[in-house]
Amino acid sequence: MDANAALVDFLLGLGDDRLVLGHRLSEWCGHAPILEEDIALTNIALDLIGQANLFLSLAGDLEGKGRDADALAYFRIDREFRNHPLVELPKGDFAFTIMRQFLFDAFGYHLLQALGESGHEELRGIAGKSVKETAYHLRHSAEWVVRLGDGTDESHGRAQRALGEAWRWTGALFVPTPAEAALDESGVAPNLAGLEFVWRASVDEVMLNSTLELPEADPPAGKGYRRGDHTEHLGTLLAEMQSLARAHPGATW
Amino acid sequence: MVAGAGAGTTTPREVVDFLREVKDPEVPVLDIVEMGIVRRAVVEEGHVIVDVTPTYSGCPAMQVIEEGITTTLREQGFGSVEVRTVLHPPWTTDWMTEDAREKLRAYGIAPPGPVEQFTPIQFSRTVRVVPCPFCKSGNTEVRSVFGSTACKSMHYCNACHQPFEHFKPH
Repeated sequence: MDANAALVDFLLGLGDDRLVLGHRLSEWCGHAPILEEDIALTNIALDLIGQANLFLSLAGDLEGKGRDADALAYFRIDREFRNHPLVELPKGDFAFTIMRQFLFDAFGYHLLQALGESGHEELRGIAGKSVKETAYHLRHSAEWVVRLGDGTDESHGRAQRALGEAWRWTGALFVPTPAEAALDESGVAPNLAGLEFVWRASVDEVMLNSTLELPEADPPAGKGYRRGDHTEHLGTLLAEMQSLARAHPGATW
Repeated sequence: MVAGAGAGTTTPREVVDFLREVKDPEVPVLDIVEMGIVRRAVVEEGHVIVDVTPTYSGCPAMQVIEEGITTTLREQGFGSVEVRTVLHPPWTTDWMTEDAREKLRAYGIAPPGPVEQFTPIQFSRTVRVVPCPFCKSGNTEVRSVFGSTACKSMHYCNACHQPFEHFKPH
């Protein structure tokens, strides 16, 4: 894999994680338990889809096949999506949405901070912009994890269950793809083992405050899992997200 | 207005002044220059390049703003207008002028204070007071850290019992 192909692959992963999670969050629009959260979740979705647009646009430019962010978002099939399985899982209840969001926000925050020092100028620019938004998301989701965990019996129970469900999908966040390994070597992307260490410190701190308990076993590392492998849930998500663009290619309004 | 602006007589500073006509559609009391969105203008023989920086990555106002820039400069006689997006350094509310902050307050939106670096995971933080834009009381509380647009949060004044919006320091 040459350096440009590795970078394109990595950028698609960054864009797809945010596009897919942004879509999942948008499913709460009009359905969140309280109005403030309806607004919060859709605002976060908007930020994530905006970031996805930046990452996918750059991926399309560097790929050089004339695909823009829309072409990449709406005209690839599930096997071509490079997102992690964590972000494609159904939104579940509010506790699961918040727990998954926290685990991803902490990952995204530390990753974008590291990418703010990337050897690639445009990537550094997008990361520097996105990390400010992500810091705000992380503060919000971390506070909610504590509120739910250290709240009522009902909220504690739901948050603990959500943690158990989401936890096993976090292992795959830190299994480097061949592209990520190559970009780590060349100083474009951070080392994932180092990233896991700081991520875990953030997770531990929040769990301590939340009275929730992490599962005793470390999450499976996702061995045998390759980027591009997905759960059954991505296909149905894409079917909905892509239906308009595929029914009316090139439509504008 | 100025026929032949494209003849090369318009300076970048004049271009920036023309752009004061373009308002932020989500906060129509502010123009894009005082918001700190316009980075630079370059004029070359009837062609003008404007560098802009987005406020938030997903802000839907950016597209409307780009169209506003193109329309405004075409009306000023420029045959071709190119709007480029620049991400670095990232936009911050610290670039908002003092005039702009006063306009926001008069419009009923509490202006942003200086941006503080923050640690996202911190549970004993002190929350900075956001004075009410109507009665100036500091006896206010946050109702929602996200608001009607990406750039705002929602607050309530316990003194004059008015809900109000706050332009978040970013």
